[in-house]
Amino acid sequence: MSVASKEFIHKHAGHCESGVMSTMLSHHGLAMSEPMAFGLSSALSFAYLPFVKLAGMPLIAYRSIPKAIIKGLQKNIGVKMKIETFSNQQKGQERLDVLLEEGKIVGAQTSVFWLPYLPEEMRFHFNGHNLLVYGKEASTYKISDPVFEHVVEASEQEFLKARFAKGVMAPKGAIYYPTFVPENIDYASVVPKAVKAVAKRMLKTPVPIAGLKGMRYLAKNIRNLESKDRRYARLFLGHIVRMQEEIGTGGAGFRYIYASFLQESGKILGNETLLEASEMMTAVGDSWREFALLIAKSIRSKKSETVDFDAIAKKLESIADEEALVYQKMLTAF
Amino acid sequence: MKAQEVPQDDNSTYHGEKRAVYATTKDGDYGVVASSGWDVEAEATQQAVAELQRLADEAYAACETGKCSPLEYHMYAKRLDLLSLSQATGLFQWRIKRHFNVKNFNKLSDKLLDRYADVMGITISELKKLPQKES
Repeated sequence: MSVASKEFIHKHAGHCESGVMSTMLSHHGLAMSEPMAFGLSSALSFAYLPFVKLAGMPLIAYRSIPKAIIKGLQKNIGVKMKIETFSNQQKGQERLDVLLEEGKIVGAQTSVFWLPYLPEEMRFHFNGHNLLVYGKEASTYKISDPVFEHVVEASEQEFLKARFAKGVMAPKGAIYYPTFVPENIDYASVVPKAVKAVAKRMLKTPVPIAGLKGMRYLAKNIRNLESKDRRYARLFLGHIVRMQEEIGTGGAGFRYIYASFLQESGKILGNETLLEASEMMTAVGDSWREFALLIAKSIRSKKSETVDFDAIAKKLESIADEEALVYQKMLTAF
Repeated sequence: MKAQEVPQDDNSTYHGEKRAVYATTKDGDYGVVASSGWDVEAEATQQAVAELQRLADEAYAACETGKCSPLEYHMYAKRLDLLSLSQATGLFQWRIKRHFNVKNFNKLSDKLLDRYADVMGITISELKKLPQKES
């Protein structure tokens, strides 16, 4: 691609995968904001999987599964991506170096635990962190990690460890880059599809662990914490907040990013309903922040004080009701 | 959330870094605001870090008295648990549990020890002993 050798511009993003895709596509001439990348891949979701454990805690997700944004953009706007994985570490490194020498910017899947530039407290064993490599000087990789305000670096050795971390969702050295980027996007046809997919998923998923039903199920489980071990109960609540705020969601478990997408789409298409839905989603996001604040207060309180599990559960149920209205609104937008 | 309401609580866990949060301007337009942290999030992060530290400390004390092998301490110190260590090494959980026993641990081959050391990013000799206590 002729534009590939132009100067690379780093962009600060709320989330790693949407940030990488937004920066990568913009670099290749298709200007795209992070919320647009997130929205057009229908990435907003909710899932509560009590039987899948991460560090002893059930999986709680505010977005769809990892790689869904990369795949969703391929499907919805016709971008073509090449994803390469490796069984041999040496080959994985050589291939990356060749691509960089060609002047490409390359996406990579890594483990958070092994990235040297991350603060100690943020390093957990999570293998699904995405970032961009935009160059190499001597044996140091130049990295654009979207969740950082500035560019960062990692040595050959450190980066190899991060790319070939083992365990669940092992990245296997995965690197990716576009082979085809469309010149423009037909928003009028893509936005309705992407918006409806999210609304339907959240309102109508038949299983009790996903969408709004998943939120209500989580609320029920919060109530049940009353009879559980106190320490576990507090850790469980803290875990919800971490999944919502700490892991890079742009605030309120991706609800603000999505509200931003609804606003941008509403402006492009001149669609008043989408603009209204955006405002409603912002209010939903504010409610999620209140929910997190409620939890923080209860885990902060010292030993003997009781935690009001019912009040926390009620707040979550009211958010589910509030979100339902936004999705119904979104369905009437087209 | 409005841009001026984005918390700037200087989370110590950020080490001076900033996180991108989406918020609206006075006119209601969305954009990225760099946040130095939110107390609520810091609370949750510190709670999780403290819990891992507690598990590591407990294992350290048990290992000192010979009740468990250093493997159990290093597992927690490297933010792993039985499940994730099993997933990373490809060893069954019951087998790893056996290696928490000092007697069994001392009999392990270098090959097996290396499998543990590799996923923890430490050397075999580091794995075999407890680090000096910081004080």
